[in-house]
Amino acid sequence: MKILVLISNVPDTTTKIRFTGDNTSFDDAGVQWIINPWDELALTRAMELKEAGGVDTITVANVGEKSTEPTLRKALAVGADDAIRIDAPAKDAFFVAAQLAEVAKGYDLILAGIEASDYNGNAVGGMLAEILDFNSVSAVSGINIEGDSFKVNREIDGGSQVLTISGPLVAIVQKGIAKEPRIPAMRGIMMARKKPLVVAPPVDAHEKTQFVNFELPPPKAACKMVDEENAKEIITLLHEEAKVL
Amino acid sequence: MNFDFTEEQLMIKQAARDFAQRELVLDVLERDEKSIFPTQHIKKLAELGFMGMMVDPEYGGSGMDTISYVLAMEEISKIDASVSVIMSVNNSLVCYGLNRFGNEDQKQKYLIPLASGEVIGAFLLSEPEAGSDATHQHTTAEDKRDHYLINGTKNWITSANSASTYIVIAQTHPDKKHRGINAFIVDRNSPGITLGPHEDKMGMRSSDTHSVMFSDVVVPKENRIGEDGFGFKFAMMVLEAGRIGIASQALGLASGAMERAAAYAKERKAFGTEIANHQAIAFKLSDMSVKVENARNLCLKAAWLKDNHKPITLASAMAKQYAADIAMEVTTEAVQIHGGYGYVKEYHVERLMREAKLTQIYEGTSEVQKIVISRDLLKG
Repeated sequence: MKILVLISNVPDTTTKIRFTGDNTSFDDAGVQWIINPWDELALTRAMELKEAGGVDTITVANVGEKSTEPTLRKALAVGADDAIRIDAPAKDAFFVAAQLAEVAKGYDLILAGIEASDYNGNAVGGMLAEILDFNSVSAVSGINIEGDSFKVNREIDGGSQVLTISGPLVAIVQKGIAKEPRIPAMRGIMMARKKPLVVAPPVDAHEKTQFVNFELPPPKAACKMVDEENAKEIITLLHEEAKVL
Repeated sequence: MNFDFTEEQLMIKQAARDFAQRELVLDVLERDEKSIFPTQHIKKLAELGFMGMMVDPEYGGSGMDTISYVLAMEEISKIDASVSVIMSVNNSLVCYGLNRFGNEDQKQKYLIPLASGEVIGAFLLSEPEAGSDATHQHTTAEDKRDHYLINGTKNWITSANSASTYIVIAQTHPDKKHRGINAFIVDRNSPGITLGPHEDKMGMRSSDTHSVMFSDVVVPKENRIGEDGFGFKFAMMVLEAGRIGIASQALGLASGAMERAAAYAKERKAFGTEIANHQAIAFKLSDMSVKVENARNLCLKAAWLKDNHKPITLASAMAKQYAADIAMEVTTEAVQIHGGYGYVKEYHVERLMREAKLTQIYEGTSEVQKIVISRDLLKG
């Protein structure tokens, strides 16, 4: 069995977000890049499945320019066997899915984080499955290999669903898929450079969205204290100011 | 000149940081309070390769450079200096000494389990009456033709109870003074070794420190490190490199305290605004930042010299003295910025301050470092 884990290169989750070019693009000056936390958990689960036996290789793939290679090498340090970088900026979800479709054939299981922590698009995994005509399950919180198929836990409103599904499968994974991401051991860090990292040329695909402009959320308003005697005022405030009632 | 780190160095720094911030921080206060040895944490650190970082992979180590070691030590020490002292003694005294000066048999038998972290080691030099003045070893190692017989007492031994392998410095030829001293690899379970009680320390309370008594302890001839009489030189060369470890520990204590102080200053309000907006606090933070940066640069320079096989005596003494002294200053100021909260255990900075004090004392006091530094300046 061959597993492919999709890796998104995202700003560290503590990054202070700024925009440039009249709020049309993200200012990446001084940003530290990491593996998208959901993808990191997906990789962790892939490692667990490999350790349990039955998995031959784990490949990681991303769409990005050369500057994203350290993120892929981190995935190799954690334990992936090889990596593919499709040499193009990640323009939008469709563009990324179209690129990944070119390299994703031939894998039995594709793990995609439910969303990338930068634009929270929540789209690449589903699109990829559609392009490839693979089975796909979203909101996966657990996955096991059962012979040629997979036993999948999927979160649904008010509970969870257990499915058995045949491959090839795109599993779009979320919280619960693995406990916490692995810290790479030093041996893994040293081996990362020796593992294959293939650079694939992009295919012709047009993005379907354009960023018009970005806005930062309004700064948090100060906490309002209401006196005990005026408890009723809370209702008015919730209704008129917070507009939640 | 190049101030860039490699991708691997940055990954190691991040790995150390993640480990410290995810795992060590969880029980660091309890282990400090109750003096509990971090057995599980050390095991995990060993699995990640942190216990023999600079040892060749063929001897069970990770084959990393000293720059990576400084980065890892800083990150671990920001959270837990007890863990980092166990790490430092194992890496830069025990493993380094065996890797550099041990013979092939000794490396196969002792270095591999130490560097892979299967067991940990202790370095036994200090005595009740010989700390900084290491030339006067009262512990004797009598040459009995087919073995040595060790008698005496060693003090302040880090990991004394948890270690399986000791490196012991002892006098074989008192007439030759320090040229008669030898270094030995001694099995902790050798008959005749007894431990004094667990020292109830001010800080680094999660590391176990004891005195160790030797009474007619038989050590095989082949466990002597180097030629007869090499022990003093061995100890000095090992300690010289070891200072980089303790300097980086002190650096981590300082930068950890600074990070906590800066975070607190941005949250805590007084006189209608965050205290970071008061110049009295902002300038303290500024002073801390410059000191930390200086200490970091000294540590990294000493590490770079070591990695490039250049003399490190002066650089490691400077790094150790400066980093230890500013660790004391910065942690004290971090407590000050926290005010009353800084004086209670929950906020960590009082612990960092207690821990910082030891960095000015062990592996060569600040005063001993100043002797080394001034001698270098005044020589010739």
